[in-house]
Amino acid sequence: MPLAALDCRFETLPGPLPMQRATVTRQQWRAAPAAVAAVGGRLVSLWGSDRRGLDGGFAVSAAYALGEGLVWLSLPIAVVAQPSYPDIARTFPAAGRMQRACRDLLGLVAEDAVDQRPWLRHGAWPEDYFPLRREHGGLESFAAAPESYPFVRVEGDGVHEIAVGPVHAGIIEPGHFRFSVVGERVLRLEQHLGYTHKGIEKLFERTAPLEGHYLAGRVSGDTTVAYAWAYCMALESLAGVEISWRARWLRALLLERERVANHLGDLGALGNDAALGFGLAQFSRLKEDWLRLNRELFGHRFLMDRVVPGGVATDLDVTSGERMRRQCDEIEVEVRTLKDIYEEHGGLQDRFLTTGRVSPKLAAQLGLCGMAGRASAQASDLRMDFAWEPYAALQATMASHRNGDVAARVTVRIEEIFESLRLIREIVARLPKGKPLSTPGALPANGIGAGWVEGWRGDVLVTLELEAGGIRRCHCHDPSWQNWPLLEHAVMDNIVPDFPLINKSFNLSYSGQDL
Amino acid sequence: MWRILKQIVKNGVRTEPAPESNDDWRVAQAEPERIRAELLAILGRALTIRLVDAGSCNGCELELNALTNPYYNIEGLGIKFVASPRHADMLMVTGPVSRNMVVALQRTWQAMPAPKLVVAVGDCGCSGGLFGESYASCGKVANVIPVDVAIPGCPPPPLDLLRGILTAIRSRK
Ligand code: SF4
Repeated sequence: MPLAALDCRFETLPGPLPMQRATVTRQQWRAAPAAVAAVGGRLVSLWGSDRRGLDGGFAVSAAYALGEGLVWLSLPIAVVAQPSYPDIARTFPAAGRMQRACRDLLGLVAEDAVDQRPWLRHGAWPEDYFPLRREHGGLESFAAAPESYPFVRVEGDGVHEIAVGPVHAGIIEPGHFRFSVVGERVLRLEQHLGYTHKGIEKLFERTAPLEGHYLAGRVSGDTTVAYAWAYCMALESLAGVEISWRARWLRALLLERERVANHLGDLGALGNDAALGFGLAQFSRLKEDWLRLNRELFGHRFLMDRVVPGGVATDLDVTSGERMRRQCDEIEVEVRTLKDIYEEHGGLQDRFLTTGRVSPKLAAQLGLCGMAGRASAQASDLRMDFAWEPYAALQATMASHRNGDVAARVTVRIEEIFESLRLIREIVARLPKGKPLSTPGALPANGIGAGWVEGWRGDVLVTLELEAGGIRRCHCHDPSWQNWPLLEHAVMDNIVPDFPLINKSFNLSYSGQDL
Repeated sequence: MWRILKQIVKNGVRTEPAPESNDDWRVAQAEPERIRAELLAILGRALTIRLVDAGSCNGCELELNALTNPYYNIEGLGIKFVASPRHADMLMVTGPVSRNMVVALQRTWQAMPAPKLVVAVGDCGCSGGLFGESYASCGKVANVIPVDVAIPGCPPPPLDLLRGILTAIRSRK
């Protein structure tokens, strides 16, 4: 493996996907980013933890995705007045905001990092209060002292700023966007997020391990299946529990249903943002049909709380499977019709083509991931990157595109719908027999596990550590962390009215990154 | 163009009947009962709603968005989501109120004209839900601004959202 040169002692984390973990020295931590980048690996996540009382002081962790699987490196940090670790954002720019969040939550500083502004802390709690430290219960409350955020200013003739948010014009999550424009042209966009930070990671510490999937399933409501699965995978990894084949296949079925629901919704909204209200009416109708069948067959429109430790809290009988198969057939015909209409619609294509472009080169440099990454030639999808069930048995294929514009993201989404519909039908036809749920027995009191799942936006990671039967630390990572900064690049040189369209083509999560 | 028309004609009108209101969800002191005709009379005119996500997981937003699909066709009932609080009769708020959103929520509420109907959406809006109160969360919406109606559910399905909206209209003159 490419990190062999680092000479760390890897411990394998059990799970359906290959995952390894190692404790590293400062030198190894510093050498890792270049070694990962050299073989085309990418940064998945960076987070901190307070390990006082466990094995020393603090720790910062980085998870990298390599051809061989997930590599989780953890660097111990001594307890000093200003605990710090070497910055990795120079090699992986996506780490920048994660490092800032790590400082806000734990007071761990990335040495010599270019950007040291707070990210999640907006002044609702004091600068010297670090919620994820052990001495705090997380229930403290403070008189708010809202701080103004030092945006980067663009100077020049005719440049003016447009400030949008945190409350946006539609039914959408809150965040602040600062545009610097000349006339209609966007010179620069700067995002300020963190508005929906509600202390999820601290709350995990007060949550029973066997109930953590409820909370994980509410990190981002549109990705509830992927998060619940990642959490359960982490718990099962830690406990060394194997779930039944039927449960694995049913989890994949739910995940694909979640993917289709989101793509259907966004394809309609994209038509609407390009002034084709017809597209919204049609796709939102299909999405509603889809959600109603979810409700009927699984008891929840968005499939919340259906993935549980030990398997799934639902099953599929033959009649229900048949209904689902029929619905897939119907939706496929409808989406094909709508795809043709979208493709033949000159006005729509005029808005989609070349708009909000992220070149494959920029995507690789900045770490664009998931569905948006695949639209910019970043061929990565956990369902196909590794040989694991059920995706290997189903011979799932990856959709990808090179243009990186709104049109490419639309194309990838449509292709992913077709592939997911095929996968769902295959799963229904070949569903292994067995029990969908075997409640895990006693969990080990202490342990470490990880779960990694390709949600509809991209790969979701959950890392979990138990201590004395409780959750010591649970970190949830959303692919939006990587992709938000790319949205800043995607809108440059576009016109302001195209922003909603470009934004929707990514449809990134606020809650998932704010936590 | 003909394909668009064909698709429209083929699918016809999918809008379904609107639900009844639910008095159990009323939070504010009950005002004299209005008869249903009066309710419809109020709804006969337009109702404008401003939504603020004060820290939700985005699940509630999915269902609020679903209200605009052809099945629920909320605009057909004369209800419209608007961009400015100054144009809004009703404020719908989702999520536990994160501390980072307190100021934005208060300012939105202040900017609204009377009667400032407020509907808290979802288990989070009703009670703080799973997130409760903490260093980062103020919990339920009523901890930050006055609430008329709170709609339970995680997330509340579209019909419950419609019922909640109707309940709120009924709860005021
Ligand atoms: S009520 Fe449920 S769906 Fe709504 S914001 Fe809270 S957790 Fe999300």
